[in-house]
Amino acid sequence: LVFTEEDKYGLYSNLLFKYFLAEGIVCGHELFVASAKEHPDNILKELPAPLLDDAHGKELGDEAAALKSEDFQDSMKIAWRYQNLPKMEASPTTYTKFGHYYDISKKMSPELCQSVKWHSFYLHEELPFEPKMKTWNMNSGYARLLQSIQRIISQEGFDGSDPQKKQRNVLRIGIQSLGSVLWGDDVCCSDAPEDPHSLTKFLYVLRGLLRKSLSACIITVPAHLIQNKAIMERVTNLSDSVVGLESFIGSERETNPLYKDYHGKFHL
Amino acid sequence: QGQFTLLRDTRTDGSFLVHHFLSFYLRAGCKVCFVALLQSFSHYNIVAQKLGVSLAAAKERGQLVFLEGLKSCLDLLFGEEEQPGQPSPLQFLSTRDLRALFEFVRVSLTPTEQEAWRGPVLLLDDLSVLLSLGAAPVAVLDFIHYCRVSVCCQLKGNIVVLVHSNEDSEDEENELVVNSLCHHSDLILWAEGLATGFCKDVHGQMKIIKRLSLQQAAEQDLVQIYQYKIQDRNVTFFARGLSAAVL
Repeated sequence: LVFTEEDKYGLYSNLLFKYFLAEGIVCGHELFVASAKEHPDNILKELPAPLLDDAHGKELGDEAAALKSEDFQDSMKIAWRYQNLPKMEASPTTYTKFGHYYDISKKMSPELCQSVKWHSFYLHEELPFEPKMKTWNMNSGYARLLQSIQRIISQEGFDGSDPQKKQRNVLRIGIQSLGSVLWGDDVCCSDAPEDPHSLTKFLYVLRGLLRKSLSACIITVPAHLIQNKAIMERVTNLSDSVVGLESFIGSERETNPLYKDYHGKFHL
Repeated sequence: QGQFTLLRDTRTDGSFLVHHFLSFYLRAGCKVCFVALLQSFSHYNIVAQKLGVSLAAAKERGQLVFLEGLKSCLDLLFGEEEQPGQPSPLQFLSTRDLRALFEFVRVSLTPTEQEAWRGPVLLLDDLSVLLSLGAAPVAVLDFIHYCRVSVCCQLKGNIVVLVHSNEDSEDEENELVVNSLCHHSDLILWAEGLATGFCKDVHGQMKIIKRLSLQQAAEQDLVQIYQYKIQDRNVTFFARGLSAAVL
């Protein structure tokens, strides 16, 4: 569970969020995108395009060509034993590299986006909460989101519940701007929020869901708006990694010559 | 016997102490009730195996009662309707009442006729999570008090509890719980990250406080300070400033 504290204007955290999702698409993982601010369809249209090297592109081309020439099966005379082996091997190079590079100025092509299965959760389009969730004692937006995630995990078999499923895949969950007012939580508005435990309870249940399934999650939170520092301390203890983004835009550091080559600080 | 040990960490992760006590008590043949709120069973199992103990085997022979908080929470929220006679130990998520959790501990550690384990032990990782999940600090302290009466006094067992704390913490509820527990503990093991920051050879500093003042009126607490380095299967302790990298 990677918890990201947003920078003041949300520019860089948004970028990190999109990198996470784009990497998921390029690796063939399934995606789950949740937001109360931007519709997930729009988020997915804005993902950066991956920089695939020529070698990879060429291999894709080679595979396509080989498929076409399958009709021309020349029988092998001397090495007849090898006749029955598959014509081509799966390209290994994509898996030996760790991570990919992206070009922010270009958008990811729609075909690539559609190549993976993805699920979205846009708070304002979701149905109101069900009565059973009243016992959860949690903000209804968070509760609906947890239910949705749990449903996808169990339906798509990420928790290993479906032994029939041959290929196991990873689910990448991205949740944008959690804790902001748009989710119905006032933790960003006041020092003594109405329900100070909703956010931490949400994280605990999410942690349980992640531990029980093949998934990874990134959450961005407008931490600079949360005034109750106690909540931030608890949230830190419940996450696996916490990343804080502090951008220099609008602060006096922007013009400070020490920092002129940088756009901000990255706290880990 | 009848000891309450508090594990405390500041600026670092003190869970290595939890893993140590878990395998220590299991190897000693004690019956252990482990309330594991923060990590999954397989996480503790993998580490315990490195330390030479199999949690799965201990669970099977009835020596270990393991409450996997994360899993129970999911069962409670997403599972079927619970039976009226068996409330979930994590019921406090909706009712804010820690009694069900205490009942779970009490029932797990009360010896049955067939068992012959040496002394019950309650291990809790970690108490600060209870506050995050909505329990009031006074309820948490009451819960610990009930556990002490039941496990330490009545059953003559031991309790080991991990809490987190931070300097200049703004989490007043957590500080209240931690300070109160410090006053009532027989032994405090306080793991602190170095004030100077991360170091490859010295992972932190351990303060061992033996609360002799609780036993006799005029006695002062014995405080020992060591630095430590965590390795794959054990932890090495050394006097401050004398790590192997320096000598």
